[in-house]
Amino acid sequence: MRALVNILHLGLKELRTLIRDPAMMVLIVYAFSLSIYSSSTRIPETPHRATIAIVDEDRSPASQRIVDAFQEPYFLPPTLTDAAQMDRGMDRGRFTFTLNIPPDFQHDLIRGTQTTLQLNVDATQVSQAFTGAGAIQQIINEEVSRFMGNDDASSQLPVQAIVRAVFNPNLTESWFGAVNEIINQITMLSIILTGAAVIREREHGTIEHLLVMPVTPFEIMAAKVWSMGLVVLLAATLSLYGIVEGWLQVPLHGSITLFLFGAALHLFATTSMGIFLGTIARSMPQLGLLIILILIPLQILSGGMTPRESMPDFVQNIMLLAPTTHFVELGQHILFRGAGLWVVWPQLLALMTIGGVFFLFALSRLRKSMS
Amino acid sequence: MKSIASLTGISLRYGQTHALKALTLEIPAQCMVGLIGPDGVGKSSLMALIAGARKLQQGALQVLGGDMASTEHRRLTCPRIAYMPQGLGKNLYPTLTVRENLEFFGRLFGQDQQERERRIQDLTRSTGLEAFTERPAGKLSGGMKQKLGLCCALIHDPDLLILDEPTTGVDPLSRNQFWELIARIRTQRPTMSVLVATAYMDEAQNFDWLIAMDAGAVLAEGPPQRLLEKTASATLEEAFIQLLPQEKRQDHHELHIPPRTPSSDIAIEAHGLTKRFGNFTAVDHVDFRIERGEIFGFLGSNGCGKSTTMKMLTGLLPFDEGDALLFGQPVDPNNLATRRRVGYMSQAFSLYSELTVRQNLDLHARLFQLPESRYAIRREQLFSRFQLHEVADQLPERLPLGIRQRLSLAVAVLHEPEILILDEPTSGVDPIARDHFWQLLIEMSRQQGVTIFISTHFMNEALRCDRISLMHAGQVLDSDTPQALMAKRSFQTLEETFIAYLEEVNDTPQPASGNEPPPTPVAVEQGHGAGAPPRFSLRRLFSYARREGMELRRDPIRATLALAGTLVLMFIIGYGITMDVEELSFAVLDRDQTTTSQHYTLNLTGSRYFSEQPPLQSYDDMEQRLQRGAISLAVEIPPNFGRDLKRGHSPEVGFWIDGAMPSRANTIQGYVQGIHTTYLQQLAQEAGVNSTSLAPIDIALRYRYNPDVQSLPAMVPAVIPLLLMMIPAMLTALGVVREKELGSITNFYVTPVTRLEFLAGKQLPYVAMGMFNFLLLVLLSIFIFGVPIKGNLLLLALGALLYVLCATGLGLLISSIFSSQIAAIFGTAIVTLVPAVQFSGMLHPISSLEGASWLIGHLYPTGHFLIISRGIFSKALGFSDLWPYFAALFVTIPIVVALSLAGLKKQER
Repeated sequence: MRALVNILHLGLKELRTLIRDPAMMVLIVYAFSLSIYSSSTRIPETPHRATIAIVDEDRSPASQRIVDAFQEPYFLPPTLTDAAQMDRGMDRGRFTFTLNIPPDFQHDLIRGTQTTLQLNVDATQVSQAFTGAGAIQQIINEEVSRFMGNDDASSQLPVQAIVRAVFNPNLTESWFGAVNEIINQITMLSIILTGAAVIREREHGTIEHLLVMPVTPFEIMAAKVWSMGLVVLLAATLSLYGIVEGWLQVPLHGSITLFLFGAALHLFATTSMGIFLGTIARSMPQLGLLIILILIPLQILSGGMTPRESMPDFVQNIMLLAPTTHFVELGQHILFRGAGLWVVWPQLLALMTIGGVFFLFALSRLRKSMS
Repeated sequence: MKSIASLTGISLRYGQTHALKALTLEIPAQCMVGLIGPDGVGKSSLMALIAGARKLQQGALQVLGGDMASTEHRRLTCPRIAYMPQGLGKNLYPTLTVRENLEFFGRLFGQDQQERERRIQDLTRSTGLEAFTERPAGKLSGGMKQKLGLCCALIHDPDLLILDEPTTGVDPLSRNQFWELIARIRTQRPTMSVLVATAYMDEAQNFDWLIAMDAGAVLAEGPPQRLLEKTASATLEEAFIQLLPQEKRQDHHELHIPPRTPSSDIAIEAHGLTKRFGNFTAVDHVDFRIERGEIFGFLGSNGCGKSTTMKMLTGLLPFDEGDALLFGQPVDPNNLATRRRVGYMSQAFSLYSELTVRQNLDLHARLFQLPESRYAIRREQLFSRFQLHEVADQLPERLPLGIRQRLSLAVAVLHEPEILILDEPTSGVDPIARDHFWQLLIEMSRQQGVTIFISTHFMNEALRCDRISLMHAGQVLDSDTPQALMAKRSFQTLEETFIAYLEEVNDTPQPASGNEPPPTPVAVEQGHGAGAPPRFSLRRLFSYARREGMELRRDPIRATLALAGTLVLMFIIGYGITMDVEELSFAVLDRDQTTTSQHYTLNLTGSRYFSEQPPLQSYDDMEQRLQRGAISLAVEIPPNFGRDLKRGHSPEVGFWIDGAMPSRANTIQGYVQGIHTTYLQQLAQEAGVNSTSLAPIDIALRYRYNPDVQSLPAMVPAVIPLLLMMIPAMLTALGVVREKELGSITNFYVTPVTRLEFLAGKQLPYVAMGMFNFLLLVLLSIFIFGVPIKGNLLLLALGALLYVLCATGLGLLISSIFSSQIAAIFGTAIVTLVPAVQFSGMLHPISSLEGASWLIGHLYPTGHFLIISRGIFSKALGFSDLWPYFAALFVTIPIVVALSLAGLKKQER
């Protein structure tokens, strides 16, 4: 009881302190508004303003049709060039794709002789290489069939493939970007806030002051966990409803309450992490450097940026120890796929366990660092 | 009298605070001038202005016969002025040894090896630092740090020596030695003027001329004797109080200490208390017994173990040996009950500066679990007794130091403790507030029987204690009443007594005796003969570069980040950012179950991109498994697929892709279409139809430079530019901002070093470090990631050199804008990461960007180096292909340097 009252009052003190720290408040507001907006508007993986050079050795209506088919926003207007310039342009990174239309292309088409077009792809541009090459092949095929008089080439095919994307029918990149950014910001802010709160107490000498009072390290830590966790949770909730659903018009599936419950468990783990880092670092600058070294791997390797299954096995296994891995999975399940408790319970359990272990570990560090 | 500095209407403001208010003053030359007054009255601001370290705001200032507003005059006179800022070793570099510190300053003033050697030898011999030249400055005692600071100031024979509180926190013996040293130097160089600020009034007694200051204005000036006569006071402290305006001293009255009735109760007792930090024994077998109601003082210099002893008694620090008892109970850090009987006030103000006075009290009351009703009464008592009513709703940081200390005391006594442990509660507080504070202590001791354990380095405060312990280097020299101690050594003052005690155990080095020939016989001539410093000097530039390099090597955190950070991030990004999509799990809902339908799925099963999961049972099953993320692709083959195919009814196969991650879904879509086309071609071949009717054209697809379109060979050449931007920029930015935060930037303000020399000197070690990182990254990519360099390594190294120059230049630019390290870290992270990752073509070609991001992509150096890196790594290109990008980097360097020069100021504002 006495401990609970102390935890409550110490936590309220943390909130008061935070309100008077304009830099942190600006960071919180920015992280959950503009930052979410900007990552939702990032460039899609599909070809976007891709550069293509065409060597048209036929200069016929048929080849012209193909040249004209490359249009914005998928492609920048094609550069017509010759074979020598084509290779140099690709070497210098001016063109990602080059297409060579052979002489007598139209002639061969009409005669029914199969003719070969050469498509070169700069494979160092990994993000566009695959999808871009696919799109170019499709465009050429369509133009050729139209030229041959088949307006709807596919109706002739013996089997048709009907491809649909579930949960995000148009594969709108902004949906993913926005939600993923919220997940990232929850992690980042909770670590920075609690880590900075520990360092600030130490730099101002207030932690000593607390320790000569009838207050235990457990109470000090629990107070920081609940208060900073609450701030982040509140900001994330507002952002989900206001920015993601309201402003960006991303349809959220599933129970937001369940997601927030998962976020609370995640915050338990990350705020403990922040406190742990706060006890390792001796000053704010050291904390800053540590946070950067910790956050980058967490964000890159948790499956929010690129799919986990394409990472090497040992990386996948190590990352199972990070709360972010489970939280990213949980978020994707609930917010995109509308999953319920019966689907995400393993993630909730994992977050709870990791949070508990992190909390105890950070607490023992905090006790040690104070003596 | 000739004056060395003359001030006319000098005002200085920091935001809303007026530090100096229209000062008009003549500072006499060739004598010892003292600025006296408590903390925060404007002494330091005035000294910084005279030294040229701070920019003039208002008024005219003439120093050494020239206008300090003129850059040219400052450039010419700075070799004639020496400035030692406030704080122990504030302008020294703690990781550098005594000799390295002195050499650094010598180089800044353009001295060659021989001259430096001679001067360093003279100075260290005359200050007694000779035996410690190889010890890092951070490991010196307070007194020795100040002597080293003085040596650094004197290395160039200044005509004006400015010392800002040089003896605060230094033990009395070292203090004495310090003043003797100054006196000796003055006899050798009688033309030198000295300007000293001090909070110790007793020191000021021996100066030639005093300027008493309060609240940014001058109270009085003149020789000490005249000030005493004018105010009819016996001591300077009294004189100072008399000089204060009427309203400040109206409720001041002489302290009266009633005698104490001895008590048989022992409140605090310690036996053989010992604390070690590693090899260093901070507290060495300390014993004392303090009776209930006694005021017990600890007298000693900074770092002598006073605070450590107090922390052990409160249970904050565990002790290594001995025992400590509070009211007969052993001190136990886990016993919360004893904490209720003890009140503690630490050296620095340690309440929450973000909470108001009232909120601070409230918080502490609740943590001590005072019942609300009792607290309401208690709060009123405290407010009126400590005179906090008027400031109840203000933030402590806006209050004067004296009021803050009263608040700290109010918080410490809130729960009515029986013991008060106060660690230097009055340092920096003005004499009136100090007396007021003591009045409260005396009342508590005499009326309520509270035991007070207080530490101080003021002799007159020690005299007010019932008993004191003289402490030095972790040991108690003696404990008794102040009068008894003075009687034991038969001295009239406590200061002399303490010095006598110190000399008995002396371990501080004695300076060489005065019989030796004067150390710097030709110094006077050289001071003037040296003439104007050159406008550009490689020696000064390398002096900074050398020092920065040494500091970087000796700072474990930054050095680790520089090396391990790069490697760790390279691993993570190399393995983490992968565009390869493999092992995609899929399942089939085969509602036909014929060989034809199985044949169709065979293409999927056989692909290296897909891995098949158990077949789907129903639509529900499909939905659930997609939702769980168990499968990323579901394939539905309709009933009668085989029959319809044979009859030419063109059946429709359904593909459901998990769209949660759109980029991955796009890739899956591509694969699915490819596999479907393959099936159609197989079908056509089986039917014997000429495939050309199906596909009139053939597209020969060639993936250049990276035929398997693997992520690693594509990512590695892209990650190197990212890491070579982020880490060198961040470390460089910290390099300058650290100096701003720690205070050693003053050396840049007051020495002849120019902005360009400073910046370039700072940059060089980080360029070297960046190139070392480059080498590590290249080795890592070749030998661990197996990504070879197809082109010329030397050409790549040249590009890297230009690029690292840009990156470190950018770091300097950032550091010339930001003033705190934490802001510099996050600022650099944003300024480097965002453009390098998003706008430079690392993930998406620059051409795909629009608007401002397109422009950034074309201007930011990462874009150029990325093309160079990819060109040489993957495409085997030479200089003839890449020269435009080298040229772009080459042009960027001077632009960044020019911007940093414009951002860096040679004076503090």
